[in-house]
Amino acid sequence: MEQSTFIQQASTGKRKAATQTAALQEPRIIRYTLIFIALAFLAFSIVLPLVSIFITAFQKGSDVYFAAITHPDALAAIKLTLIVVAITVPLNAIFGVMAAWALTKFNFKGKNLLLTMVDLPFAVSPVIAGLVFILLFGSQGLFGEWLFAHDIKIVFALPGIVLATIFVTLPFVARELIPLMQTQGISEEEASISLGASGFKTFWYVTLPNIKWGLFYGLILCNARAIGEFGAVSVVSGHIRGMTNTMPLHIEILYNEYQFAAAFAVASLMSVMAIFTLIVKDIIAWKSKSS
Amino acid sequence: MSSLIIPKKSRRIIPGFHLSLGYTMLYVSLLVLLPLSMIFIHTMSLSWSAFIDIITDPRAVASYKVSFSTALIAGLLNVFFGTTIAWVLVRYQFPFKRIIDGLVDLPFALPTAVAGIALTSLYAPNGWIGQFFDFKIAFTPLGIIIALTFIGLPFVVRTVQPVLQNISAEVEEASASLGANRLQTFRKVILPELVPAILTGFSLAFARALGEYGSVVFIAGNMPMKTEITPLIIMTKLEQYDYAGATAIAVVMLVTSFILLFTINLIQWLANRRFVH
Repeated sequence: MEQSTFIQQASTGKRKAATQTAALQEPRIIRYTLIFIALAFLAFSIVLPLVSIFITAFQKGSDVYFAAITHPDALAAIKLTLIVVAITVPLNAIFGVMAAWALTKFNFKGKNLLLTMVDLPFAVSPVIAGLVFILLFGSQGLFGEWLFAHDIKIVFALPGIVLATIFVTLPFVARELIPLMQTQGISEEEASISLGASGFKTFWYVTLPNIKWGLFYGLILCNARAIGEFGAVSVVSGHIRGMTNTMPLHIEILYNEYQFAAAFAVASLMSVMAIFTLIVKDIIAWKSKSS
Repeated sequence: MSSLIIPKKSRRIIPGFHLSLGYTMLYVSLLVLLPLSMIFIHTMSLSWSAFIDIITDPRAVASYKVSFSTALIAGLLNVFFGTTIAWVLVRYQFPFKRIIDGLVDLPFALPTAVAGIALTSLYAPNGWIGQFFDFKIAFTPLGIIIALTFIGLPFVVRTVQPVLQNISAEVEEASASLGANRLQTFRKVILPELVPAILTGFSLAFARALGEYGSVVFIAGNMPMKTEITPLIIMTKLEQYDYAGATAIAVVMLVTSFILLFTINLIQWLANRRFVH
C-alpha cells in the first residue's frame, strides 16, 4: 500500500507554475506558518531522533564504537541478518513477479480475493506473524512432535526466522509491481508472442525492461524491512546470543543491559542502511521518471 | 484493481497462466493462509467460556484501551501534521525540499527497534527533550503516542500527496474567478477531494499502530493496566508458554485488523465510484 505512490511522487514540483498566480496562492503569513509547522514537526519527529542515534553512538568515543560493532556477538548478528535477507528477498521477489504476472495479465474468478490475500501480511501484527509459526512448528505445535522425532529445528533457529521474515515482507515486491503492470497492459506481450517469441523470451526482453525500476524499488523496500524486522523475529528467534540474534534483537539485548553506547553503535549501522535505502529510492524515482 | 478490463480472449495468447497462478496460490497458501489458519484452529481447542474469560481479562481489556486510544490519537496527529506536510511539499517552494521529501519515508526504512531506542532516549526524563518537561513522557501513554506518530506519519503523507498533486489547477481557478476566497476554495473545492485520501492514510496508520511492537516496547514502560499494549500481552503469554491465551488475544487483534482492512477497501471503492460515475 505504502509503495504504490512513488511513481506519482516523482512528479513533485510540476505544479510550480500553476500555483504561482496570486488569486490561487494563500497569503504569505499562512504560507510561512504552514511551512514552519511542517518543518518543525519533521525536525522534531524525524531529524532529531536520527541525529541522536549517531551522537549517542559516538558519545563514549570511537574506540567503544568500533569495539561494539566488531564484538563477536555483533558480527554474528550481522551475519545472521545478511543470511536471512539473502534467502528472504529473492524468494519474495520471484513470488512478487509471479503474482503480478498472474494478477495483471489474466482475468479469472476470485482475482480480488487473491489480491487481498497477498496484502494480508500488511494487516497482521508482527507479533502474530511470529506466533503463527510457533503454533505450526513449536514443541506444542501442529508439526512439533514430528519435527522433534526427526530432530529438525525450525522455531528458535534459522528456518523460523526466515519464515517469519518471509511472511512479514511477502507483499512488498508484488504490491509494487501490480499497479505498474496493470497500467502497462498486455499489448506489448501480445505483439511479442504473436511474432513468435517464447513466453520466457517475452518476459525477459519485453516485460522485464518495463518493470525493472518498479521491481528494484520493491526489492529495496523488502530488503529494508527484512533487515529491520523486530516483532515477528523476536517471537521465533529464542534470543540465543551469537546464534539466533539478528541485528535488531542484538540492539534490544544491549539496550536492556544498559550498554547504551554499544546499542546505539549497532543502531547507527542500521540507520546508515536506512538512509542508503532512502537515497536509492530517490534515485529510482528519478530514473523511472526520466525513462 | 479490478477496474482494468482485459478481454477474455487474451487468456489464450499470453502464456504462463497456470504456472504463475499456481505458484502464487501455493506460496500464499503455505506461507500466509496455513500459518494464519493455525490461530483459528488453535482457538477451537478452547471452550467458548474459557475464550471469553481470556479476552475479557481486566489486563487484556486495559491493553485494548491503551492500544486503541494511543493509536487513535497518533492517527489524528498524523492526519493534521501529515496533511500539512503533504500540502507544503506539493504547493510551496523552500530550500532542501527534495531531501525533506525523502526524509518523510524514514519511518518505513528505519528498523522499528532503532526508532524505539532513539525515541526513548530522547524523551526519557534525562533525555534531550524529556529534561525540559516537568512530567514524564517516556514510560507513559504519551511516549506510546510519540512512537506511533513516528511510525504512522509516512502513511498519511504518501496517500495525500499524490491526490493533492493531481487536483487540476482549473477547478481552483474556476472557484477563484467565481469569487470564492482562498479559504472557501480550500474548504469547498480542495478538501472534499482530499477526504478519501486522508481517511485511507489515517486507517493505514491506525492499523499499523494497533499491531506495532518494536518501536513501542522500549518507550512504553510496559506497566500492566497502564502502558501495556495488546501485542505485548501476546508476547508475555508466549514467554510463559501460555499458547492458548496468546492465540485467543491474537484472534481479537486479527478480527480488528480484518475489519480495518475491509474499511480501507470500502473507502477506496466509494472514492473511486465517486470519480468514475
